[in-house]
Amino acid sequence: MRCEDIARLLPATVEGTPVDLAVQTHIESCLRCQAELARYRRLLRALQQLRTRFLEPSPSLLAQTLAVLGEESERQAVRSVLSGRRLAYVGAIGGAVAAGATAAALLLVRSRRRALALAS
Amino acid sequence: MATDPTAEMRAEVDRLVDAARRGDRAAFDELVRRTYVDTYTLAVRLTANEEDARDVVQESYLRAWKGIGKFRGDAQFSTWMYRITANAAATLVQKRRRRRAEPLDTVDEPIESALDAQPEAATESSVRMAELARAVQALPPKLRAIVVLKDVYGLPHEAIAEELGISVAAAKVRLHRGRKRLRDALFEEDGRSANAV
Repeated sequence: MRCEDIARLLPATVEGTPVDLAVQTHIESCLRCQAELARYRRLLRALQQLRTRFLEPSPSLLAQTLAVLGEESERQAVRSVLSGRRLAYVGAIGGAVAAGATAAALLLVRSRRRALALAS
Repeated sequence: MATDPTAEMRAEVDRLVDAARRGDRAAFDELVRRTYVDTYTLAVRLTANEEDARDVVQESYLRAWKGIGKFRGDAQFSTWMYRITANAAATLVQKRRRRRAEPLDTVDEPIESALDAQPEAATESSVRMAELARAVQALPPKLRAIVVLKDVYGLPHEAIAEELGISVAAAKVRLHRGRKRLRDALFEEDGRSANAV
């Protein structure tokens, strides 16, 4: 196995991913590949350190973000009120229709009874 | 008996998350105050552009507020925010690319160069970290996103693939390409930068 072949595998093996025995044997006996693996390990450690290297945003970012959230909350509240009103309208219309239907049914029953009474 | 400040902070964040899930805007605002620098830093690392990063931060918290009711709490709030930020950044980068029709390898002027001008950042080690940060920013966006999310923030391949809309195999291939590019950028054969990190 050549060092060039090993070099292609190192970015994937740097985290300790298991490798073929042939690859492992080559690295253990090759100073060049050991040095290359060490470079990748240093690179990985340095990348992990970037996590705590915070970048300072401009002072207005927090205020703007909270303002955007505030606008969204207002929109949600308006939507909630509108959907509540819509439900109330639908409920009122439904109630009116039900009341009308009941009244019509009662009238129908009463007129039939009257018709039967007259007939007898 | 001494208390663990990290555990206390985590418990406080959990309390705020619970309140926010019940619709408490003030609690969510407090979560924003506590995490926005972290979110902004990730957004800059993903977009390599301060203006885009600001948009990503606002969009991310907007999505988080809308989705906080679905946050199950089986992951940390910060990890959940990283995923949302990654998704928002990917969406924005795609939009920008379509609008500007810029080539994939194009990157903006590195932001972290400003750190070099700070006296407190002028120690040898921090300049080297700045060199690494610039090398990360110089990566093509697709490679940069994976390297940042996996090697800097430690997100699992599955989560990264899901948020970026790619396969796990593609995420791994991009990660290895990104690492190779960074290695080439930081460890030049002439030895000048061989100890860069």
